[in-house]
Amino acid sequence: MALLSRLRARREPIGPLDYYRKLWLRLIMIGTLIFLYGPISTLIAFSFNDSRRNIVWRGFTLKYYEKALENDELIEAFTNSLTIAFFTTIVSVILAALAAYVLWRFRFPFKAAYEGAVALPIVIPEICMGVAMMAFFARIGWPSDLPWPLSLSQITIAHIAFSFPFAAIVIRARLESFNRELGESARDLGASEARVFWDIVVPHMKPGLIAGALLSFTLSLDDFVITFFTAGPNTVTFPVKVYSMVRFSVTPEVNAASTILIGLTLVLTAIALRLQNRNNMNMQA
Amino acid sequence: MEHWRKSAGAFWAGFLPPTLWLLAFFFVPLSLIWAFSFGEKSGIIDIDLVWTFENYARALEPLYLGIFAKSLWMATITTFICLLVGFPVAIGIVFAPPKMRMWLLLLVILPFWTNLLIRTYALIAVLRTRGHVNFALEWMWDHANSFLTLIGLGSFSLLGERFEPLQMLYNNTAVVIGLVYVGLPFMVLPLYAALDRLDRSYIEASLDLGAGHIRTFWSVVVPLALPGIASGIVITFIPTLGSFLTPDLLGGPDSQMIANVIERQFKSANHWPFGSALSFLLMYATFFGLAVRALMSRNEQRGIR
Repeated sequence: MALLSRLRARREPIGPLDYYRKLWLRLIMIGTLIFLYGPISTLIAFSFNDSRRNIVWRGFTLKYYEKALENDELIEAFTNSLTIAFFTTIVSVILAALAAYVLWRFRFPFKAAYEGAVALPIVIPEICMGVAMMAFFARIGWPSDLPWPLSLSQITIAHIAFSFPFAAIVIRARLESFNRELGESARDLGASEARVFWDIVVPHMKPGLIAGALLSFTLSLDDFVITFFTAGPNTVTFPVKVYSMVRFSVTPEVNAASTILIGLTLVLTAIALRLQNRNNMNMQA
Repeated sequence: MEHWRKSAGAFWAGFLPPTLWLLAFFFVPLSLIWAFSFGEKSGIIDIDLVWTFENYARALEPLYLGIFAKSLWMATITTFICLLVGFPVAIGIVFAPPKMRMWLLLLVILPFWTNLLIRTYALIAVLRTRGHVNFALEWMWDHANSFLTLIGLGSFSLLGERFEPLQMLYNNTAVVIGLVYVGLPFMVLPLYAALDRLDRSYIEASLDLGAGHIRTFWSVVVPLALPGIASGIVITFIPTLGSFLTPDLLGGPDSQMIANVIERQFKSANHWPFGSALSFLLMYATFFGLAVRALMSRNEQRGIR
């Protein structure tokens, strides 16, 4: 019955504003989606393909995943990327929470200019920030032969500088729904500033903090350009490693490694989106 | 909102850490290359600050001016194609049933969350001479040929002696394809936002009063969506102009954009002052675009009042 009624609904004439049901528009949309997803889906599909030629389907295999996992350089690069992303996330969230709180709570001179300055790392071209960080670390003589994980410090510092402004925007949005009077009454009742921040503001910020953390983590994990310029000769991150592999050739191992990274990013993004949705729903309620 | 002096301690405790970080690891590096851009190379890594405009003058040499022009041109074409494709897509999403709308929007944004490098690599795998597009073309060529043989025209080799794969990589077209691939979500989102706000009764009224769909589109939809169009153009144009990875991986020797030249100055050519000057020219172009956008959104707000 449901099918029947659906069929009947289909047969309704296309109304003047039913652009969505116009054939030409559907063709453009389908074409666009194929353009956006075709390449990525073939990449993922062919990471399971049992052929080195990487073009004709010869059956399912996981051997390129095994190969990728046995590739020590790839694993090292992946470990580096995760380590950098981890430290970037921690510092970014702390800095972002403080910046968001200050912007939310206080009036101060040149506040609009300050907000613009905090957002600047988001808007300037990546290449400019990359070369600036490269020149900066070279000029101040940052040691490049530190033991692991300190050898990742340059990249981590650069990642924090561009990812905490993103996290600050997310956390700031969350604070909009916070009732100022709660903090004020706590202070009137004798709670210290630190106490108010920890016991009242932070719990409210929490969904924003988690979303900001996931955002910082993905941004750091995905970054290529800025890492490319700040990485020392002996530190390789996952995107940098993939870059050197891609320049070399198109192989199923690269497909497998890429698929792992896509999967990881998608899962993290899905969690972040979910949290944000719940956040919005709470605000409406 | 409180005045900061009312609880100065809390203000400084929250204000200083992010501000100092930003100063030390963002503004100082930028100032450094700003200073370098007026410097002179005096050794392998030594740069003398002599406050010369020579590096900026060198950017005006025909070679680099050509690359700037080319980058602007590529970014313009890319933005135009994104607008051309993005507009019908945005219309489709806005007029889709509410349940579908979120999914379609998510589908358009999702590629944005996959690594740029991997997306570029995926394009290489599809477009290369032994990639999937050429594979499909060869398959079609084979079948067309056997069809010709079947109807007795095989001996004339109408389709050429053998299949010639299309050279789709390492040229300007490949770069534009890659840039559109990256830029499309940037364009669709602001267009969607603008069209979603648009009052549909205007379109209905226009259609009722006898205007066709095309007339309605040009005289009603486009003028009302103009702020969104402008915003989409700027948001797509700015990152495209400064893109490094796409021309680097998909382009040939003659499809270098500004970012590639900057990279070369900082890495292989090792001429930091000139690279710094180019970086700042790129940044000024970016700021110009952002200023245009801010100005337009201000005008729009004034219009609403």
